[in-house]
Amino acid sequence: MSEESKKKIMFTVRKPPHGSIYVYEGLEVKLIMAAYDADISVVFMDDGVYALKAGQDTKELGIKGFEATYGVLVDYEIQKVFVDRQSMEARGLTEEDLLVIGEDEDTEEPIRPKMVDASEIASMMAEQHNILSF
Amino acid sequence: MLHTVNKSPFQNTALESCLRFTQSGDCILLLEDGVYGAVSGTAQSALVEGALAKKVKVYALGADMKARALKETIKGVEITDYAGFVDLVAANRVHSWL
Repeated sequence: MSEESKKKIMFTVRKPPHGSIYVYEGLEVKLIMAAYDADISVVFMDDGVYALKAGQDTKELGIKGFEATYGVLVDYEIQKVFVDRQSMEARGLTEEDLLVIGEDEDTEEPIRPKMVDASEIASMMAEQHNILSF
Repeated sequence: MLHTVNKSPFQNTALESCLRFTQSGDCILLLEDGVYGAVSGTAQSALVEGALAKKVKVYALGADMKARALKETIKGVEITDYAGFVDLVAANRVHSWL
């Protein structure tokens, strides 16, 4: 399928991880949709940025966690992963705090979500066929 | 773009966040507890007033306003009904600020 004919679907994540099932379920849906060859983008904003913090250890909660799954998003062809700069700054987070979503095929450099401004996110939203919020 | 907000601005930052990502020409529909954001003279009225000043169209669902006995709406907010809700959804891309 050509890039133009692909369905553009954006996921927004605004809830923190582990306090509810939203982030986990959202991740499942993203992976399923990616299998249908859609043009997927994911935007983390508000408390959703906490889902991208590296070093989450959920062992004592007795749940699997999803940092490992986030680590292979690029392998699932989900490369457009964005994080709202203002939400990061408001929570004292910087780019170095973010987990890795894959690695560059050629250089093997780790790929992290991209920090962008609200106006850029608003423009991307306007180009989507569908936006799903989690 | 249509942004829907169903949370009270006194309890949740959904409306505030929505406004950061809203561009001129977009519209916002306040429904369920979101309609508290459409009331004039409150500590949170400035949010919707700011949106209107940015040329964002703001609607509030009349059924939810009536159910909550809310009458004092911010000037410029348009009250709509379920049919209007459907028209807005049909005419726009939608993002729900849940």
